[in-house]
Amino acid sequence: MIVNFYAIKAIFKFEMSRTYRTPLQSFASPVIATVLYFVVFGSAIGNRMTPIDGISYGAFIVPGLIMLTVMTQSVANASFGIYFPKFLGTIYEHLSAPISSFEMVIGYVGAAATKSAGVGCIILAVSFLFVPLKIQHPLLMLAFLLATALCFSLLGFILGLWAKDFEQLNLVPALIITPLVFLGGSFYSIAMLPSLWQTVSLFNPAMYVISGFRWAFFGVSDVPITISLLSIVILAIFFFVIIWRIFATGYRLRQ
Amino acid sequence: MSAIVQIENLTKRYDDGKLALKDLSVEFMRGEIIALLGPNGAGKTSLISIICGLTTISDGRVTVDGFDIQSNYREARSLIGLVPQELMLEPFETVMGTVSLSRGLFGQAPNHEYVEGLLSRLSLWEKRDSPIRELSGGMKRRVLIAKALSHEPKILFLDEPTAGVDVDLRRDMWRLVKDLQAEGVTVILTTHYIEEAEEIADRIAVINEGQILLVEDKSVLMNRLGKKELLIELSEPLLEVPQGLAGLGVRLQNDGRQLSYSYDMATEKSGIPEVLGALKIEGIGFSDVHTEQSSLEDIFIELVAER
Repeated sequence: MIVNFYAIKAIFKFEMSRTYRTPLQSFASPVIATVLYFVVFGSAIGNRMTPIDGISYGAFIVPGLIMLTVMTQSVANASFGIYFPKFLGTIYEHLSAPISSFEMVIGYVGAAATKSAGVGCIILAVSFLFVPLKIQHPLLMLAFLLATALCFSLLGFILGLWAKDFEQLNLVPALIITPLVFLGGSFYSIAMLPSLWQTVSLFNPAMYVISGFRWAFFGVSDVPITISLLSIVILAIFFFVIIWRIFATGYRLRQ
Repeated sequence: MSAIVQIENLTKRYDDGKLALKDLSVEFMRGEIIALLGPNGAGKTSLISIICGLTTISDGRVTVDGFDIQSNYREARSLIGLVPQELMLEPFETVMGTVSLSRGLFGQAPNHEYVEGLLSRLSLWEKRDSPIRELSGGMKRRVLIAKALSHEPKILFLDEPTAGVDVDLRRDMWRLVKDLQAEGVTVILTTHYIEEAEEIADRIAVINEGQILLVEDKSVLMNRLGKKELLIELSEPLLEVPQGLAGLGVRLQNDGRQLSYSYDMATEKSGIPEVLGALKIEGIGFSDVHTEQSSLEDIFIELVAER
């Protein structure tokens, strides 16, 4: 047994079945939230906004909204996915099974990313009902969507491994991840900010990801697309190394 | 019989400095049922946790069927099934879902026939689609056993299997353990109930304060350390032991209403006829005669006290 494929498949299936058990929570609530954003920002406020880089505001926020949901959902899915077995104690089984940490990560992160990328696709489909959209680079858009889902699921996995209680599990997304995503240009172009805040935004990793995703839609972005691509790869590697270190030391898993 | 689990000089020191296992060495034999007997905090669960991969080794070496549990963890762990002490299960998952997860985690392809047989054997087949939170405590424990056996392990660990378990389940569990043994599975269980070890195990390892005090065949252990006591209820209380009896080692107790005589089961001559003969010679009347055998509990208390 070089790679325990059955284990990866079993974890993936088990995690996905959690999604199917709670379709409302998994799919309906993010979609409803997005529709509300469209109504409020797209229609009510958007009508009074001037187009950004020649794109109507309603269309401009579509990539941002998808990113907002994909990033927060990825973190939530992955962190909960690994935290819950820790909380229940059922993690004993994973620790006693002939699986490597790598296989565990693929199973959990893969399931979390699949779920959030799926939700992202649903939101994209819903968007077509509200605004006329033409995606300039559909393949790159899809690649960005998947890479973002994976990247933030890795981050969520770290959070779930680290968290000692439900408060920590909720605090980090609320205090760090949501602000980063909101301030990363989901609803505006960085160019609209005063110069000080533009500089501050350059330190926000979410900004590079959102900018790149928007480029795939409209061919315009805050930072060059190559930098966006590079940054998402660097982020993914960074998170993966952290997870690898956590497993290597047994931190918060094995005594 | 060859050893299936070999533990050499195993030491476990937790991060908080607590020394749970001290240079412990022991072997578990292929196909046996062995009970790890010891008081709470003796190191039983630490030992099991290390063999199963839940806890890291501080020092020493463990091999399972020849595979080192650190360098060949995949091979070693594939052979092992673990039933934990606590009822740790995903409440919203179904019985079938959680058992399938276990089988997959241990690298086995789905096998509907085997899983159906397993669930039927544990009286769980009817409940296969029920969410676990709807099951009773006893049923949940059966699910844990099903999960541990889902990948057809060669070694089964049961950590305090009957803590809080009703009589029916307990009986079912012992039957299952015996059946598994007949199928060639090695069963290692921890317990602090001596009756449990006495009832089910072939061998008993007594563990206390992180060390193995002894490992012995149950019958040998009972024989070697088992003392019997002959108790004679007197019709009339005595003030002292008559001379003819005192010479044989008979003691007076219960305010002079009972004579007691200890003898060793292992020796050929018990000395009982001599005691009864002396009673007749001394003309002492008695209303009842009975014997008591020391249980494993007494043996255990004796062993722990010796150290």
